[in-house]
Amino acid sequence: MEIYLDNSATTRCYPKVAERMCRLMTEEYGNPSSLHHKGVEAEQALREAKKILANNLKVQEKELYFTSGGTESDNLALIGAAFANQRAGKHLITTAIEHPAVLRAMHYLEEQGFRVTYLPVDGDGRVSVTDLKEALCEDTILVSVMYVNNEVGAVEPVEDIGALLKERKKPVLFHVDAVQAYGKYVIHPKKLHVDLLSVSGHKIHGPKGMGLLYVREGVKLKPLLYGGGQQKDLRPGTENVPGIVGLGEAVREIYTDFEGKRERLYGLKEQFATGIGRLEGAAVNGKVGRDSAPHIVSVSFAGVRSEVLLHALEERGIYVSSGSACASNHPTVSGTLKAMGVKRELLDSTLRFSFSEFTTEEEISDCLKALGGLLPVLRRFTRH
Amino acid sequence: MFQAFLIKYGEIAIKGKNRYLFEDALVGQIRHALKQVEGSFQVTKEQGRMYVEALGEFDYEETVEALKRVFGIVGICPVVILEDEGFERLAEEVVGYVRSRYGECEKSFKVHSRRARKTYPLQSMELNAQLGGRILDAFPGMRVDVHEPELRLYVEVRERIYLYSDVLPGPGGMPVGTNGKAMLLLSGGIDSPVAGYMVAKRGVKIDAVYFHAPPYTSERAKQKVVDLAAKVARYAGPVYLYVVNFTEIQLYIYEKCPHEELTIIMRRYMMRIAEQIAGKTGALGLVTGESIGQVASQTVHSLAATNEVCTMPVFRPLIAFDKEDIVTISKRIDAFETSIQPFEDCCTIFVAKHPVTKPNVKVIRRSEMRLAERIDEMVEEAVESAELVVVGG
Repeated sequence: MEIYLDNSATTRCYPKVAERMCRLMTEEYGNPSSLHHKGVEAEQALREAKKILANNLKVQEKELYFTSGGTESDNLALIGAAFANQRAGKHLITTAIEHPAVLRAMHYLEEQGFRVTYLPVDGDGRVSVTDLKEALCEDTILVSVMYVNNEVGAVEPVEDIGALLKERKKPVLFHVDAVQAYGKYVIHPKKLHVDLLSVSGHKIHGPKGMGLLYVREGVKLKPLLYGGGQQKDLRPGTENVPGIVGLGEAVREIYTDFEGKRERLYGLKEQFATGIGRLEGAAVNGKVGRDSAPHIVSVSFAGVRSEVLLHALEERGIYVSSGSACASNHPTVSGTLKAMGVKRELLDSTLRFSFSEFTTEEEISDCLKALGGLLPVLRRFTRH
Repeated sequence: MFQAFLIKYGEIAIKGKNRYLFEDALVGQIRHALKQVEGSFQVTKEQGRMYVEALGEFDYEETVEALKRVFGIVGICPVVILEDEGFERLAEEVVGYVRSRYGECEKSFKVHSRRARKTYPLQSMELNAQLGGRILDAFPGMRVDVHEPELRLYVEVRERIYLYSDVLPGPGGMPVGTNGKAMLLLSGGIDSPVAGYMVAKRGVKIDAVYFHAPPYTSERAKQKVVDLAAKVARYAGPVYLYVVNFTEIQLYIYEKCPHEELTIIMRRYMMRIAEQIAGKTGALGLVTGESIGQVASQTVHSLAATNEVCTMPVFRPLIAFDKEDIVTISKRIDAFETSIQPFEDCCTIFVAKHPVTKPNVKVIRRSEMRLAERIDEMVEEAVESAELVVVGG
């Protein structure tokens, strides 16, 4: 038995996607820049993928850039925008609960002479639009806010922020890290007044090493990489054709019967959260209803070390994450939970459960049963 | 330029009639170490000299690195091999060698000739004088000093002529396998791999035991220990690592015994289990990374209490080392980066806030009585079910 509840770390690739990618590596392996038929074939596959993605986001194909993943998309958006627009100002705004790909890029920009404001969040992990409004300065050039938080599944008010920034006389760029939101929400950057949007392939049953950055036409970015002119020189390098096509296929697949899938996910989340509510000393962090992401639940288990519980669940074939898997190699306590004001003694007692369309009700109830059995045993053996 | 290495070995030379055993072990260890290196090599031993000769192309740097990890080697001399085409040609080659190694140098020097092939027309004294003359002619700045020369040039006349002048330091010690086998208690920390390395250096073959406590310790903690065993294996040869599942025993002690004695009692059981496995595998002693006073379980009192359960000798090569010195060795053997990966090991998971630092053996024994009901069968089960991982080699 294997129950994979770590879908915010990564997801299982759709078999359809993997098959298509395999063909692109072994048969239709041309370089889209080549003049011969093999190249044309690859270029066509690439175009088709672009069309799917552009349609899905309701943007122009030429506004899409392919990267090596969410991290690169975030870095290119922030560092690229900051350097290209520094004459207009040197102030940036983000939140305290961003993914390290944003936070560390911001730290780098601070070293380069930019000022960064990190907005606090409330107990549910949500940033306040009023706080943002107050933080805006004459020389603010960029605001970066994630759509869905990766650790607790809080949904940030990106639409309100977009509307607020649109009203400003002096333009402020708006970047949204949508890595955890894409595939769970229908996202139209133009409607949200978003200028830059980051997406990752492997969070939506697509390939690893594949990212997407939407750059609104007219927004200037300074490249991070220099090379052979591909992607209008903003992100040179031979296009990762299998990755791009795989991403396109994954998007097509995940947005098929989309509402139905999302309803199912919310159902699973409700089932899980209700079950957690019945366990002694277990509490969900953040919201669990429709105003939260459908696939992420963060739970603190008083008196149990998260790593021990994680491995105990693992022994029963259940895979989950402590805090955010991306940061879990460095056992520093979670920035998001701290910012939400979760009690100190619970920081090291929190697990993240994240679902996908492959998760079943039965798996959820098996997981709850396992937790019910394990918690009393683990609490008997503690450090003191 | 170099096609061979003369291997210098120190202590082995004084081992009397057992000398050949040590030399054979050294040859074996060198051969083993060179298996990982690009190229093929011949290792020969004759008249008290040991040569590693490359057959064809080989990677010089890699070879030297590999030899530097073979215990028993004191010095490694990279050798140029010349065909014997008469003295004139030899003199030219020798002058060319000095120039290419040292440039237009102005050192004091001495030529050491050795005529292994007695049919060579010049005797070694003559060879010394004549080659010395040619060097003086070629390098006006050089002078002969037979007592304390800066440069010693060795010329050895065998079937072909071997020429060398550099001695790269080897690790010293004794060839692994010449001194029995010991069982290393390997945790994920900095100390135990260093202890294993040091004991291996005295010629002792190393087996290891690791106490795994899932779900309290993770698969990655175990992988880390395998990686550390591999670091030791680079010097000590293949390490047989026994992974003991310790969770049940630990929880049992936790339930039955006072918490402040937990660590001591746990360590006593680790020693007992290690000793039992050692007995089965033919290891004659235990090795630990303990160092006096480093933590509560390593005070002299605690060490005495832990030691009490073993009849085998327990080797503690780090016993009087400061942490800094241990770290230095750990870095030298490239284990440090692995050791500091932050995975919890089973010694820390249930550590009490204030563990006893001066345990009384009688009290500890009394506490252990509370385990009487099940502990023997649990220890037996732990020994029986230990998983063997062969690391390196």
